[in-house]
Amino acid sequence: MTLLADRPVRTPAPAAPRCRKRPILPYLLIAPTVLATAYLLLYPLIRNVIISLQEFGLPQLVRGDAEFVGLANYAEVLADAEFWGVVRRTLWFTALNVVLIMVLSTLVSLLLIRLGKWLRLLVMGGLVLTWATPIIAATTVFQWLFQSRLGVVNWALTALGFEQYRDYTWFADGEATFGILVTLIVWQSIPFAALSLYAAMITVPQELYEAARIDGAGAWRVFSTITFPMLKAMFGLITCLEVIWVVKAFVQIWVISQGGPGQATTTLPVYAFQVAQSLQRYDLGAAVSMLMVVLLVLALTAYFRQLYRQEREV
Amino acid sequence: MSRVARTVAALVVFVISVFPVYWMVLTAFKPTRDIQSATPTFLPMNITFEHFGTAIAAKGFFSFWRNSLLVAGGAVLLALGVALLAAFAVARLQWKGRRAFVLMVFIAQMTPWEALLIPIYVIARDTGMLDTLWMLTLVYFMITLPFTIVTLRGFLAAIPVDLEEAAQVDGCSRGQAFRKVVFPLLAPGLLATSLFGFITAWNEFAFANVLIIKNQDDRTLPVWLSSFNNTFGTDWGATMAASTLFMLPVLLIFLVLQGRVTTGIVGGAVKG
Repeated sequence: MTLLADRPVRTPAPAAPRCRKRPILPYLLIAPTVLATAYLLLYPLIRNVIISLQEFGLPQLVRGDAEFVGLANYAEVLADAEFWGVVRRTLWFTALNVVLIMVLSTLVSLLLIRLGKWLRLLVMGGLVLTWATPIIAATTVFQWLFQSRLGVVNWALTALGFEQYRDYTWFADGEATFGILVTLIVWQSIPFAALSLYAAMITVPQELYEAARIDGAGAWRVFSTITFPMLKAMFGLITCLEVIWVVKAFVQIWVISQGGPGQATTTLPVYAFQVAQSLQRYDLGAAVSMLMVVLLVLALTAYFRQLYRQEREV
Repeated sequence: MSRVARTVAALVVFVISVFPVYWMVLTAFKPTRDIQSATPTFLPMNITFEHFGTAIAAKGFFSFWRNSLLVAGGAVLLALGVALLAAFAVARLQWKGRRAFVLMVFIAQMTPWEALLIPIYVIARDTGMLDTLWMLTLVYFMITLPFTIVTLRGFLAAIPVDLEEAAQVDGCSRGQAFRKVVFPLLAPGLLATSLFGFITAWNEFAFANVLIIKNQDDRTLPVWLSSFNNTFGTDWGATMAASTLFMLPVLLIFLVLQGRVTTGIVGGAVKG
């Protein structure tokens, strides 16, 4: 009875029910997404922040009685010279990779534009094949390519007269391993960047190029005065994406070298994982990964800015 | 740049792109004595299936294959179902908070999952989900979900609303209009999206490595393959055969997707 009596009071206008029924649907439709994101993404992120503010080692993991220690973990990480070494290495690793990726991808995309149909399809097919190669398959193959005794790279270098590479153990040397990882990541990243840049370049009106050529502009001048300025947003977008991908590259490094030999290939994500996994200092690992997130957020902000600019231009 | 220089450059790019994969497949088919010869052969002279036999006969190969399939398949189906609802809401309905939701999805898509290895490990441990394929499925579901929403939204937006409205004018309910008119047009998009999601989950290593520890039979292919040193020692033929078998589904998916992504979406619907 009370229910019935309440009803007219709670529905404001007779026309309302039809309008009110509609707006609920979208929220029901997104509810699963929102719930999943809250539990599987937001909660782990918050949990990471919490762990980084606690004393959280193996005993706490087992007993579940971690205590808050404020910013002590961050202080410990930031006071550690090793951490700053890792940060420097990560920045150097990222800069080297991204510059190589962008320069080589630009060259490949400029090449693609100038190729005839069949050669272009051939090169694009090759790029797609590289793109399709799973990271783990690629790491396994690279280990085989650079194998000391039977590896084809050592064979080729020796055949070319570099006698010092006979049975050379690449993975025992820090700089050599670093170089292999850069090669691997650049090799894997070029297809996406080159094909995206190529797709953007074919949108530049041909008349502009023709006009420039009539004016006697060389290839570099055409690129620096027409192609690059017109596709600045696209270049920015891809650079940001590559920065993000390289900074968080974990699997390649972990599988090939686990950050070694020594610390030669330990970048931030590898370091965070090492600290947590091998030292079982989950608190410090969480703190390091939060610092990495901060670094990535900076890159991400730049990315979203570019994305916004790009959307406006299109 | 002259024509010859361009051709040479193109061939160099092609060879560098293809060589590692070519070398993998070639090694997988080479007899052991050719693999171990001082001078490598660059063309398939003698072909053997021996290494594939070794890889398949390796302990647990089929259960790892099955685990990978279950986890990737489960994650993709889950993501597809959840994403279809959200994509419909975003592409077809007007509601408050839509822009915020889209922004959330874009941000979620850029999640640095590598930074969440530790908390997810701790959460899995606390909830007794460690060493279960369920946990891995959930994580992969979440990794592929934002991307699935974004792509499906794109595919949905490409299908003219007029088609749906025309169906509704002809007496279909909104649900029927979606099922009978939009869904068939969306099918190629669903296929493409789910296959890309499948590849992501199929290839994932970091979480599979952290979340499946004790129960080694529950490992997935990438983790197993990364520990080939323990399985095959220095048997590079078998290792490359295992890599090839691991890459095969991904390659097939790429071949299927060639063309199917773009053609067929609206092609048949709004011609003439």
